[in-house]
Amino acid sequence: MVIDPASFSTTAVVDHDRRHSPEWRRALQASLPVGIGLVPLGIALGVLVVQQGLNPWWAMVFTSLIYAGSLEFIAVGMVATLTPLPYIALTALLVNFRHVFYALSFPLDRVKGRLARFYSMFALTDEAYAMSVTGDRRSMTGRVMVYSQLYLHAYWIGGAILGATAAQWIPENIVGLDFALTALFVVLSIEAVRAQSGFAVPAIAVSCALIARLVDAEHMLPIAMGAFVSLLVVRYHVTRRKVPTDA
Amino acid sequence: MPDAGYIVAAVAIMAVVTFALRAVPFAIVMPLRSSALIGYLGVYMPAGIMLILVAYSLKNVSVTAPSHGIPELIAVAATAAVHLWRKNAVLSIVVGTGLYVVLMNWAFA
Repeated sequence: MVIDPASFSTTAVVDHDRRHSPEWRRALQASLPVGIGLVPLGIALGVLVVQQGLNPWWAMVFTSLIYAGSLEFIAVGMVATLTPLPYIALTALLVNFRHVFYALSFPLDRVKGRLARFYSMFALTDEAYAMSVTGDRRSMTGRVMVYSQLYLHAYWIGGAILGATAAQWIPENIVGLDFALTALFVVLSIEAVRAQSGFAVPAIAVSCALIARLVDAEHMLPIAMGAFVSLLVVRYHVTRRKVPTDA
Repeated sequence: MPDAGYIVAAVAIMAVVTFALRAVPFAIVMPLRSSALIGYLGVYMPAGIMLILVAYSLKNVSVTAPSHGIPELIAVAATAAVHLWRKNAVLSIVVGTGLYVVLMNWAFA
């Protein structure tokens, strides 16, 4: 799941009066704003699972075990169309590759205990990362972080179960609910473009996506992302070489 | 419907790949911290990847089909506008999706 740090308030944790409340309660207060976003998306995923003709149970399996929102939305379609497993693995790698950067600043050292650390890494979604790095350091103890991650996971699974159950009553001829995914990516794009500088790299990415779509619509994701990351590495070397000569 | 064995294998693969991406970097975090390239990718990759995901989620939209991708264009523009205005992710997603559902089921049905 992917939501930008800037879009969620963690002021509940900063509140001085609440610093002495139990850690589970502080975690609940801190995770609630994110949950408001996660539950509807979980519902959308649950509905999508049913609409794609999969058994509603898979909504719970997907959200519990994969626990990576954008990948799960893509996965439902891939599984429903019997996409080959190596391609599914490659897609998972490319869609979630951004997670490798979270290790650079996620304060895992605050989490004590092997099991808690294991879970904290497993549940290191965009939202969990965002909460841990934007929250107040003193109140965001290791335990508050892990409790928050548990709550976020619960919101996500709960939403999916709700969606998969409600899908039976949502008229089949109502279309377009899956646009929630596009809308989520639009929101995240805006936040991510703001977080870097200039429009050159976003333009490169959009060009890669459009060309990959024209070349091979079925495999556009790995083609576009592969091309984009390759061009980014090239750009890094070109701009770095330019610095000393410019100076 | 795909058989359960295939879905279980697919879920297992995605779970393992996702966990590895989240956990392995912690083991090698010290060399990574000093890599300028990793730092560069960390700054510039997210925006590009998200934009590619926007395009991917719209890959079945055709400009030659009856609606010409107009409802998608309107809904994406509305989502972006609401987000630039209020900076509230939930509101932007709800408004964008709601508008798209209305457009698809009534205006462009």
